[in-house]
Amino acid sequence: MMDLYHNLALGFSVAITPINLLYAFIGSVVGTLIGVLPGIGPVATIAMLMPTTYGLPPVTALIMLAGIYYGASYGGSTTAILVNLPGEMSSVVTVLDGYQMARQGRAGAALCIAALGSLFAGCVSTMVIAAFAPPLADVALSFDAAEYFSLMVLGLVSAIALAHGSVLKAVLVTILGLLLGIVGTDVNTGTARFSFEVPELIDGIGFVAMTMGLFAFAEIAGNLEQTEDRNLLSQPISRLWITWAEFKEAFPAVLRGTAVGSLLGILPGGGATLSSFASYTIEKRIAKDPSRFGKGAIEGVAGPESANNAGAQTSFIPMLTLGIPSNAVMALMVGALIIHDIQPGPQVMTSNPDLFWGLIASMWVGNLMLVILNLPLIGIWVKLLRVPYRLLYPMILLVCTIGAYSTNNNMFDVWVAIAFGFLGYVFVKLGCEPAPLLLGYILGPMLEENLRRALVLSRGDFTVFVTRPLSLTMLVIAAALLVVIVAPAIRKKREIVFTEQES
Amino acid sequence: MHLIRNPKDFLSGLLFMAFGLAALVLSGEYAIGVAARMGPGYFPRVLGILLLGLGAILALGGFRATTEEQPVWHWKPLFIILLSVGVFILLGERLGLVLASTILVFISSLASDEFSWKEALISGLIQGAVAVVVFVYGLSMPLPVWPVFITGIQ
Repeated sequence: MMDLYHNLALGFSVAITPINLLYAFIGSVVGTLIGVLPGIGPVATIAMLMPTTYGLPPVTALIMLAGIYYGASYGGSTTAILVNLPGEMSSVVTVLDGYQMARQGRAGAALCIAALGSLFAGCVSTMVIAAFAPPLADVALSFDAAEYFSLMVLGLVSAIALAHGSVLKAVLVTILGLLLGIVGTDVNTGTARFSFEVPELIDGIGFVAMTMGLFAFAEIAGNLEQTEDRNLLSQPISRLWITWAEFKEAFPAVLRGTAVGSLLGILPGGGATLSSFASYTIEKRIAKDPSRFGKGAIEGVAGPESANNAGAQTSFIPMLTLGIPSNAVMALMVGALIIHDIQPGPQVMTSNPDLFWGLIASMWVGNLMLVILNLPLIGIWVKLLRVPYRLLYPMILLVCTIGAYSTNNNMFDVWVAIAFGFLGYVFVKLGCEPAPLLLGYILGPMLEENLRRALVLSRGDFTVFVTRPLSLTMLVIAAALLVVIVAPAIRKKREIVFTEQES
Repeated sequence: MHLIRNPKDFLSGLLFMAFGLAALVLSGEYAIGVAARMGPGYFPRVLGILLLGLGAILALGGFRATTEEQPVWHWKPLFIILLSVGVFILLGERLGLVLASTILVFISSLASDEFSWKEALISGLIQGAVAVVVFVYGLSMPLPVWPVFITGIQ
């Protein structure tokens, strides 16, 4: 317990230095901004702004990037409630009841409970990270190469399990990511793999440029196909507070949402989006009168909004303690660590305690800032929605292009972004979700390295992965997950065939 | 397209098979080694085989019926925005950031249905100026501000 207090004190001493406060502020405001604006997600934004953090100390860079992530879920809920438009995937379910509340003139209450619920969830999940990360890192420190390999397999499988759409496609996207990750010099033999004698490729494919192409460029191309449709709420927002009765209704939902989010955030593949969906389902199921949902039930806003913030934050746990990203945003965070020459893994907590605890404390500070600053700023965010997309997307494109260039001050990275923009668009059209590609890319070199090391130690005996109990457990869980996700897929396909035969 | 009833699965299967095949062909020159001492060619070959095999299964699934909607391709906006970035690459280091940014914004604006000459030009010039302030003066990025053939500064 003293340790926890000591660690958090260290964290706060890092988080409240003026430079870190400033960047937490910039990050959370930028995050809110992109959360408000539909058509650009947190992954693209973090990639876009990553080059601006190269010159910063690593902890400051991560504080800002983390701010973008949780800021985005705040901003996304604002537009979900006011404009019936989820700015982010994580606020899709907030639309259902939040917008109905706004139409009934209760927008103020909805916004207020969303913000307070998020703040509460943020406080709790910060404590969850502080309490659970050190023991988890201790366990991870005893891992050998075989355990690491199995852990990564488990991480990839769960990310696949939780991806949208076809399982097989998600598996293939992940494998392609692994392959792209090992482009460049092989650390063991010095062989430059798949580099086509291009000097820039010897260091590997540029992570930032790849993400920009895959997400930002492809997102823009996809958005340009759709015509704009934004129905702005014309009535003024009621006062930003909730009544005692509303609070009593919402508070249990906040508690449940926080618990669900904290739990699901830790799971590989989990995070803000999954948490909010799960929370909404739970609230609806346990409600005395489920028919109120979709018609402005405050629990339908309070639960998911708390859950998505809790999930966004606890998804840092596997990234910080194991070095294994659980979603695309965390993959970017690992990328940022590597750019700053910090090898992600359980040793980060002991070798860079200021970074570890500073980042955690900054999340709490950032959440508080968001509530204090954003509630009064809601009017401005809504006005921003009036900026037409035709002015917005060339700007995103320009920032990405210059950002890709600035990674190595080299135009080659911009070509990489173009190539991945093309691939990303094709992926979207073919129903392949691009996020697992990033996970694969980050884990590719680590997976190969640990596979090699495990087999060197066992003299080429593959049973090493199933004879070590911890490794076996993880592989069994991974296999069980695969069976669980594949089984309904087979059933569904057969159903489709059957219905076609009948008709 | 009567036989291929699910082009999404069929085409993505082919795409992954192509990547797998490329991985196998290209890693042909790297030593495989043995499991106890893996060469640089071991892991890529495994991934290549997986991509090829699973890609084939996916592609074969394309012959099965589906209720999924068919993909509709809109190449024009994609090509316009990628072209605008490509032009930036080719001209950026010669024309300088102001003009290259303006050109990028102008060309990419063409991808929108609501394109207007004046608006795109003005927005491009403003963003070019902001880009110079932020990236060249703020983050000291080594790109020329003005055309090299006028200023003579590389």
